[in-house]
Amino acid sequence: MTSGVISGDGMPADPAISVVLPSVLQPLAGGQSILTAPAEAAVTVEWVLDTVTGDYPALSRRLRDETGSVRRYVNIYVNGNEIRRLQGLVTAVAPGQEVLIIQSVAGG
Amino acid sequence: MGRMATAESYVLAIGTKKGLWLATSPDRKDWSLSGPHFLMSEVPSIAIDTRDGRTRILVGVRSEHWGPTVFHSDDLGGSWTEPENGAITFPDGTDAALERIWQIHPDADSRPGVVWAGCEPISVWKSTDGGEHFELNRGLWDHPHRSEWGAGYGGAAAHSIVVDPTGEKVHVAMSTGGVYRSLDGGASWEPRNKGISAYFMPDPNPEFGQCVHKIAADAAVDGRLYAQNHHGVYRSDDDAESWESIAEGLPADFGFVMLTHPRRAGTAWVVPLKADGERIPPDGKLAVHRTDDAGASWKRLDAGLPEAEYNAVLRDAASVDGAEPAGVYFGTRGGSVYASADEGEHFTEVASHLPDVLCVRAAVVSAALLPARP
Repeated sequence: MTSGVISGDGMPADPAISVVLPSVLQPLAGGQSILTAPAEAAVTVEWVLDTVTGDYPALSRRLRDETGSVRRYVNIYVNGNEIRRLQGLVTAVAPGQEVLIIQSVAGG
Repeated sequence: MGRMATAESYVLAIGTKKGLWLATSPDRKDWSLSGPHFLMSEVPSIAIDTRDGRTRILVGVRSEHWGPTVFHSDDLGGSWTEPENGAITFPDGTDAALERIWQIHPDADSRPGVVWAGCEPISVWKSTDGGEHFELNRGLWDHPHRSEWGAGYGGAAAHSIVVDPTGEKVHVAMSTGGVYRSLDGGASWEPRNKGISAYFMPDPNPEFGQCVHKIAADAAVDGRLYAQNHHGVYRSDDDAESWESIAEGLPADFGFVMLTHPRRAGTAWVVPLKADGERIPPDGKLAVHRTDDAGASWKRLDAGLPEAEYNAVLRDAASVDGAEPAGVYFGTRGGSVYASADEGEHFTEVASHLPDVLCVRAAVVSAALLPARP
């Protein structure tokens, strides 16, 4: 199955969206460092998180609280930009793009 | 081997700002320390549940990054389990998120499996499966006073839960809101703060809004409760219908701790701090004070404690065990932990230089459960 999206060199782009986890969260994802969500068109960060954490509820709770809000000291980047500076959880992610999850510098 | 297996030993769980330590001892004087567990997460609540033929340690853990959750261990910290869907999560429709678990309280021996929790935001929870899943108490959550409850410096939380032997009378203390009582097992709640001053409010004697720091039930007198408030130490003999001061004889009426004896009527412990504006032991001299006559008089206990100590002792950073005589334990925000095997007459240092101590809990366990000592 392909997304129909064509990359600049004429080859089909990878339709998956990768979510890169920090090492401290990898045990909650079965040891994986990267989770992938299939996408054939732009989707929201919220949809990506729902999709990749569906099988890992403890991982989901680390990232977002019961109201669905991203935890205060969890930073999520799309194309190098933190989503709070974009459109938050409705920020668009295109097939082939990467979502980075990094804990912020916090604590004493 | 049979004799060894039935010998008793002691476990002291120490929750700090940066993790959990476990101490074990054969005699409550010589302690072996292990840890940290949950390094870099705070552990503000612990329960050691020895009911039902099992020793389960439950901990409320909170990471600044990853949020709060409950873990439990049935092998004294050898391994930890986090229920897949979370033990405490606010249900849909509440539009609330769990901030911190302030209290985990195993119910009476006659109700094994029942465990209560007090949390921030102000809420009470009840589990019937040993603390693996808790249900939100709707009576308190939907209380019409909720919008008027406030937050102390540490946050807005239900931090004390006292359940009577019948399971029908439940007292909850919250900061700030005061003491609330249920006579129907938690279905409905009413404030019960008559006689407790709230000097920091326009009306110093409100129906609710008091900043109660900790409450505890007398071990043997039905209807008797003790309260350490934000200034004020009180006793009630009528299930919190009314409160009277028992601060006379203490060096200060401020503090966070209130402990009661596991079996004996009239015995309670407090750890006075000088004042709201000076949250240190009076004159930098740390001491526990014990009453054996329900607050009519107090005895200063400082044998074995340091000459000078300027750190406070927080509300759950003190505990008793169930042994005879009762053990008394507490930890400071300076990371020192002390234990007494004789109800506070003498203390020995269990640990020092740990992160701020937030919670301690102690229990008598079978020595067979403990790892071999080196």
